[in-house]
Amino acid sequence: MRRRRRGGFVERTIEGLYQAAQRALDAENSASGGGLLQGLDARVKVAGLLALIVAASLETRLWAMAAVFALAVALAAVSRVPIRLLAARVWIPALVFTGAIAAPALFLTPGVARYRVPGLHWAVTAQGLTTAGYLVLRVETAATLALVLVFTTPWARVLKALRAFRVPVVFVAILGMAVRYILLLVETAHEMFESRKSRGVGALDAAGRRHLAAASAGVLLSRSFQLSGDIYLAMQARGFRGDVCLMDDLAMKPRDWLALAGFAALAAAAVWVGR
Amino acid sequence: MHIPDGYLSPATCAVLYGGATPFWYVALRRVRKALHTRLVPLVSLFAAFSFVIMMFNLPLPGGTTGHAVGIGLAAVVLGPWAAMLAVSIAIAIQALFFGDGGITAIGANCFNMAIAGALVAYAVYRILAGRAAIGSARRAMAAGLAGYVAINVSALLAAIEFGIQPLLYRDAAGAPLYCPYPLSVAIPAMMLGHLTIAGFAELTVSAGVVAFLQRSDPSLLKATAGRGAALAEPAAARSLRPLWAGLGALLVLTPLGILASGSAWGEWMARDFADPAARHEIAAASLSHAAPLHAPEGLARWSQIWTAPFARYAPPYIRSAAFGYLLSAMFGAGLVLLVALAVGRLVGRKEPAV
Repeated sequence: MRRRRRGGFVERTIEGLYQAAQRALDAENSASGGGLLQGLDARVKVAGLLALIVAASLETRLWAMAAVFALAVALAAVSRVPIRLLAARVWIPALVFTGAIAAPALFLTPGVARYRVPGLHWAVTAQGLTTAGYLVLRVETAATLALVLVFTTPWARVLKALRAFRVPVVFVAILGMAVRYILLLVETAHEMFESRKSRGVGALDAAGRRHLAAASAGVLLSRSFQLSGDIYLAMQARGFRGDVCLMDDLAMKPRDWLALAGFAALAAAAVWVGR
Repeated sequence: MHIPDGYLSPATCAVLYGGATPFWYVALRRVRKALHTRLVPLVSLFAAFSFVIMMFNLPLPGGTTGHAVGIGLAAVVLGPWAAMLAVSIAIAIQALFFGDGGITAIGANCFNMAIAGALVAYAVYRILAGRAAIGSARRAMAAGLAGYVAINVSALLAAIEFGIQPLLYRDAAGAPLYCPYPLSVAIPAMMLGHLTIAGFAELTVSAGVVAFLQRSDPSLLKATAGRGAALAEPAAARSLRPLWAGLGALLVLTPLGILASGSAWGEWMARDFADPAARHEIAAASLSHAAPLHAPEGLARWSQIWTAPFARYAPPYIRSAAFGYLLSAMFGAGLVLLVALAVGRLVGRKEPAV
């Protein structure tokens, strides 16, 4: 995509909105695939993967963290989550972002000097290397596990799993409705910026760009309120009186119990050996 | 601003989930009471809007761009409690359905941005906007400053959460297990980016959208405008101006405090008892009674419990004593105003906002 030097924020916003929609579509496609995790009960996946994320957070040994990371990659592979997608969506961004944050810790963390940067007299300490390793590996592992959950479980199933974990029904209902309308608002915003871009001649000055961004956000806000009013009336027309009920059609099969036991054993083992 | 998994210890995350839960409970009760059957569609749609607004690439002064969280806007349009719910839902959706931000850190992110951010934004907006007319420029500016202050308070909370990690969690060799930077690094590092780029992104979106709504859909601003705002004359709003001007003048004059030398009587620190110069000052101020050779045991022990971020009104990361004094004054005055507002709301009038 060619970017204008001064009006680039419109293109970047369009690109961001497009990527969000694409990400949601990829997740839905992958979640309805035929991998190992896709066939499991959503409650097992939410509880199991969350337990592994917590286990990774509790690790105090780098090799144990690396083992949980390898497990996360293996779970992604057997669930047919494309590895290149994991690399593009999780590993590279997390490495760049967290790596940039962790890098100064190499020099700032007090400890035993292991290496000196030539010409700068900065010492990389053993403790600095370890703490940077902890941070990067922990973030990569947790983010991989989170994406495995997103890419193997349709969002409607995640909502039902949350309900099973006693999250208040009204929260679950709001979450569900919000997810549904996010896609609509993303599309609305995308169309708004596309139509503005197609009508633009020349570059806008800084104040004009800010005015455009604020006006777009304002229109989107007004539309959101208008939409919520329409939805409210539709809900009233269908008999909604404030009590939210959700269908609960989840059923545990023998393999789900087996998977739950496996997740519990792996998480417990990770915590045990990693401390 | 969104804390990913891995930066905070599970214990910190659990505490922040615990800290957020009562606010969610109260918010849900208040919003449900106010909106009843409208609760689900209104909060859902605003959560969806908050999610989408976080993707907007905002042009900022200086040619750079940034992303806003939309806390100020949410608090101005919905009021603090509904905003709290909507932004929390948006944060949860990002983590659970899009894999952005941490799942274990949902509580921390909600506490910092949705809860503290919404309360601060609403307080700042109501204080600064006063009873100004719905369409007044002052109201748009108040919304912008509300967003700016709220995002910075959220960032400060996140920085404090980061900064306490190396104090609490280290491995056997002394390497920090989570965020490795102490408060003295985490606070300036976080605040630098938020006082500039992220703060201005929040200011731009809050002030810009409120200005837009004033022209196109002012009814959306009525809920949080206070009683009689639409009818109030600008003169009514001016009544607080002298007070604000006085407070501003006092803040500007605070560096005069540096002119005074030594510590106030009785406000000594544990280390002063080992410092000959400080001991001399203590004796001179105590009718020539010499100070004990060591700090009292209780003082020595309790002084280890808490180190103030702005100790002696001189933040360690600011070289200029005058600016440090001024910053301390602004921080302290802001806290006092927030507490006063909170107490006023607890014991006083009922607001129409939810």
